[in-house]
Amino acid sequence: MNEAFSIKKYLRDLKLPFCPGCGAFTVINAFLRAVHELGYKDLRNFVFCSGIGCSSWIPSPYFLADSIHTPHGRSIPVATGVKLVRPDLNVVVFGGDGDIVGIGLSHFVHAARRNLDVLVIMVNNMVYGMTGGQVAPTTPLKAKTTTTPYGNFEYPLDAVKLAVTAGANYAARWTTAHQNELKETLKKALRFKGFRFIEVVSQCPTAFGRRVGFKNAGEMVKWFRENSIKLEQAEKLSEEYLVAKIVVGEFVERSRPTLTENIYATIMEAQRIGQN
Amino acid sequence: MGLVRSGVYFWQGSEACAEAALVVGCRFFAGYPITPATEIAEHLAKRLPQVGGVAIQMEDEIASLGAVIGASWAGVKAMTATSGPGFSLMQENIGYAFMTETPCVIVDVQRVGPSTGQATKCAQGDVMQSRWGTHGDYSAIVLSPNSVQEMFDLTIRAFNLAEKYRTPVVLLSDEVVAHMREKVVVPPIETLEIVNRRKPKPGDTAFFGFEEVPPMPAVGEGFNVAVTGSTHDEYGVRFTADPFVHRRLVERLNGKIQNHVDEIVEVEYFNVEKCDVGIVAYGCTSRAVYDVVEEAKAKGVTIGFLRLKTLWPFPDKIVKRLAETAGKIIVPEMNLRQVYYEVKRASEGKADVVSLNKIGGGELITPEELLEKIFGEVRRG
Repeated sequence: MNEAFSIKKYLRDLKLPFCPGCGAFTVINAFLRAVHELGYKDLRNFVFCSGIGCSSWIPSPYFLADSIHTPHGRSIPVATGVKLVRPDLNVVVFGGDGDIVGIGLSHFVHAARRNLDVLVIMVNNMVYGMTGGQVAPTTPLKAKTTTTPYGNFEYPLDAVKLAVTAGANYAARWTTAHQNELKETLKKALRFKGFRFIEVVSQCPTAFGRRVGFKNAGEMVKWFRENSIKLEQAEKLSEEYLVAKIVVGEFVERSRPTLTENIYATIMEAQRIGQN
Repeated sequence: MGLVRSGVYFWQGSEACAEAALVVGCRFFAGYPITPATEIAEHLAKRLPQVGGVAIQMEDEIASLGAVIGASWAGVKAMTATSGPGFSLMQENIGYAFMTETPCVIVDVQRVGPSTGQATKCAQGDVMQSRWGTHGDYSAIVLSPNSVQEMFDLTIRAFNLAEKYRTPVVLLSDEVVAHMREKVVVPPIETLEIVNRRKPKPGDTAFFGFEEVPPMPAVGEGFNVAVTGSTHDEYGVRFTADPFVHRRLVERLNGKIQNHVDEIVEVEYFNVEKCDVGIVAYGCTSRAVYDVVEEAKAKGVTIGFLRLKTLWPFPDKIVKRLAETAGKIIVPEMNLRQVYYEVKRASEGKADVVSLNKIGGGELITPEELLEKIFGEVRRG
């Protein structure tokens, strides 16, 4: 094992902006521990892209690294440009559920379809937290939010299943109650090629938890732990039963050639044709 | 096949734009199909890989400009091309590119709007959108070619201005100029002025201020650059509520363009110092003016012609000069008075400014219509 983990060497000397009890702290910890355990002494070879929302502030500007904080929902297109020009860099996208599968949904699906070589980490707190707790595409049916005061009348989106269907090379879901599994999944995803998607179900005690009956962040994390079901078990259970559960685990793992591989093969071919 | 060699070519406007982009060093294109701009995407899809560059069709115009911005931060010159509906979708990222000081080129081949309008037909209705399309206080650099030669020349200039001032630049073309075929002279590449963004020195940490145009690192170079469209200080750190930081940033971003209007503005003009009537025109519409100058002269009317190769920042000074000498200025345009009011403003009451407008169906303002207007105005006095 290499030297002891010190989170500070990966962070700028700035105060993190998150509320007490926010799931972002768990995500930051898991991600930087994964980076450390993979032997990266700094974030020099990483580029972080993020959109708008609380979890988009995870890397920007707090990670001591290159970070591009884009308009709402546009982190994946910007990451596409970065990766295609610099295939040698590790491009990682952080975003919330509203950012990635609300306003940015089309980019998410197409990046998975292209098998764009980026890791997308979606922190799903089931709500628009930064704007004060409005309904999101991931909000459970009947949940009360500030824009669904009588309860949500829409069904939530399963972003992991969508990523699998669209063509991601790797997709997994954990919650902030699964710190070790999350870290291990991040390590695996960081070594993988192609489109990698990790959803982290996370607590927003400020703008969501207290409105749906949780007294504090700890209660939410406890609920996540008690209501998570491993994918292998979930496959044997009915859809009705799973409505109020969180299915966790690795949903897909494959090695389709990536967008960068395909595009650079095309460039080589175009140049070969040009020479003949 | 590498870059185009110097020589004389017979090109379509779109082709001239694409070849110029390659010459000036553009190595990334992202776009979405749209009439009448698709030819630029098609040409670059073929040509960019041949010179080792990347061309990709994205899921929409928002993603297209997003990818271009990412590519620019990865260190290459990058562009996109679109028309009105796509240009509308790009406005969000145009503001982002301005705020983050990201050099890039956006070609807008104008067609008839609003909305889907008439997709295959020429218009000049995006002039004001190219200046004010995104939200907040910003300044735009917008160039207006009127020939295939200028699709080549002004594409190069658009990249040069983008790199020099670290800002998005719009090449505001139109269906006629982008689709017609004309002779283009490509000079020896080594004689062309090619501007590249200023890079930071090792150890530099401030990429968003302290200088009018700060140096720009690329990601992956070890500078730990923090890019954000939120209000930020010189180091890229967000200040989402501080009035002082915001004023300092946004005044500098506007100043770096507004303080250099004389360097940015390019116009073509003749008889401005002595004329009977002035004409201010741009883009496809300006092509009719050359035809009428001789005919008007034969009938005793000297036309002072001012053609705007730069639409934004607006060439106030020379418009005012023309207003002083001409006393009357005609502004022909294929929209409902977009540049007209700018000419009126810049004239400061020194000339009677009249408009000649035509919209729909891609019908150009003809030399006959121009002559009729000129003589009508001369008779009216």
